[in-house]
Amino acid sequence: MSLTENTPRTGRPATPARRLRFTDEHGRRIRTWELLLRYVLLLAVLALTVGPFLWQLSTSLKGPTEDIFSSPPAFLPSHPTLHNYARVADTIPVWDYALNSLKVAAANVVTNCTGSALAGYALARLRYRGRRAATLVFVLAMLVPAESIIIAQFTTMRELGLNNTLVGVVLPGSVAAMNVLLMRNAFLNLPYEIEEAAYVDGANAWQRFLRIALPSVKGTLAVVAIFAFMGAWDDFLWPLIVLSDPSKFTLTIGLNYLHGTFADDERLVAAGTIISVAPLIVLFACLQRYFFRGVGEGAVKG
Amino acid sequence: MASSTVSRTHPPRPAGRPAARPARRVRRHLPTSPWLFAAPGLLVTAVFVLYPFVSTVIDAFTDRRTLVPGHFVGLANFRELLHDDMFWTGLRNSVLYVAGTVPALVVLPLLLALLVRKNIPGITFFRSAFYTPVVASIVVVGLIWVWLLDERGLVNSLLQTIGVGRIGFLSDQWLLLVSAMAVTVWKGLGYYMIIYLAALAGVPRELHEAAAVDGAGAVRRFLTVTVPAVRSTMILVAALSSVAAFKVFSEVYLMAGPDGGPAGEDTTLVMLVQRTGTGLTGRVGYASAISLVVFAVTVILMLLVLRADRREDV
Repeated sequence: MSLTENTPRTGRPATPARRLRFTDEHGRRIRTWELLLRYVLLLAVLALTVGPFLWQLSTSLKGPTEDIFSSPPAFLPSHPTLHNYARVADTIPVWDYALNSLKVAAANVVTNCTGSALAGYALARLRYRGRRAATLVFVLAMLVPAESIIIAQFTTMRELGLNNTLVGVVLPGSVAAMNVLLMRNAFLNLPYEIEEAAYVDGANAWQRFLRIALPSVKGTLAVVAIFAFMGAWDDFLWPLIVLSDPSKFTLTIGLNYLHGTFADDERLVAAGTIISVAPLIVLFACLQRYFFRGVGEGAVKG
Repeated sequence: MASSTVSRTHPPRPAGRPAARPARRVRRHLPTSPWLFAAPGLLVTAVFVLYPFVSTVIDAFTDRRTLVPGHFVGLANFRELLHDDMFWTGLRNSVLYVAGTVPALVVLPLLLALLVRKNIPGITFFRSAFYTPVVASIVVVGLIWVWLLDERGLVNSLLQTIGVGRIGFLSDQWLLLVSAMAVTVWKGLGYYMIIYLAALAGVPRELHEAAAVDGAGAVRRFLTVTVPAVRSTMILVAALSSVAAFKVFSEVYLMAGPDGGPAGEDTTLVMLVQRTGTGLTGRVGYASAISLVVFAVTVILMLLVLRADRREDV
């Protein structure tokens, strides 16, 4: 689960001698040539995965007089400038779009954390008629691909008069079934004794939920929060369908518009993409372990 | 993190144990309270998933449009599908997308996981770096690659530098589709790598050592020890990636344009749903029929993968 945490950062010196000895996860020695080969491959994959982002960053920092099409390519801007970022803001209301994305993502985090914790607790801990049916509803909902009901979601939103609003962007995914089931599992995995004691002491469901169960599932809640944020910030198809008024656009839709209208201005589009991706990369850098943990939990349940 | 350590040491308990005891005295909450807990989630799921699903099924048999209520037309939409070239193009592209991306997404992340598995210095940095494309929005990723694969972009200037010449990745119908697939694989690598890393942690090392003692080389050990040990994970990855690939929208939309490339030949099924069913003149009924096909194929894909799982068990 915690892939990064128990990883020792360096090999242990095996002997008092100055030569370092690198061992694998089973404590066996790794030969030098194998180690070198590994690093060569790692650097190659690094260039392939992170390189494109850096190229985009480099393009966004190149001034209007610099040739961005040169062959062989110039990897570093000769005179780095933030000019293109100012131009994006002049071309589209990019900061408004960023704010819209932030609103949508924040709302998605709040509704998903609240809704899935509450429902997950009800499914895991409370006894009532119809609990199985309620669980089944969430399981079935998780199996329906959003893409196959997106037109009906759009017409539903029109019927509710919420199309072309940010509320309409948030609502369909505001309590994702997958998150409910994740929280249910987290609650099921808690030892019951403590809650039982509180129960005997007369704590009601709300008190047990808020004071005892919820603080114990903070880790899963953090995973739900992060994936809700990332999901909403990155979402494309649904906001594309539900938003038509350019003043309501989120960043992804705004970027698509920027690309559609100013495709020939690579520096401009590059600056726009960097504005859009930077916050998430920072978030990821700070909270990696929850991102990795979420992949594990999501994959097992999904 | 504390919660997960706790959960390791205690087996899951059956829910609802309290009511098995004589609990009249402590049952202070109103009998409706469990439903209050579940209400927000159930409401959202009912209104925005179940109701749209039911209405998709119903609309598929009507001629409903965005602004015009529909009438029952029987199987007319489905009959029209059979003769709609664009539908077959979309179905072909979506199926090709599964065939093109799934094998790569099952194998490459496993190799990557083997590469980042050993705890050599700096490996946590590499793991995180390889995950970056997963974090980025598909729009960002799509636009980055549109620029990289541009006629005058980085890839082409590198190709020209080494004397290959420029390739129209984004102008040829088939190259476009293949490029989009490559982008999907590129973005998915890190995600499935993490899934495989967790699975590899559970492979007992005795197996590897026994095979090594028997003189099996690295490739042979990979095929006879690693692959069988992570087989169920490979099937999980195949299931996840094939369903995702069949529903592909954003990559192709961004790289080939809203109209799906030259003469719409790169249109995928979900692009067709979006194009047909939205906007003020959207043909909701017809788009719902296509949506049902998307749903049906997704279910079939999942069943096929599950069957593969069972067959290999025997």
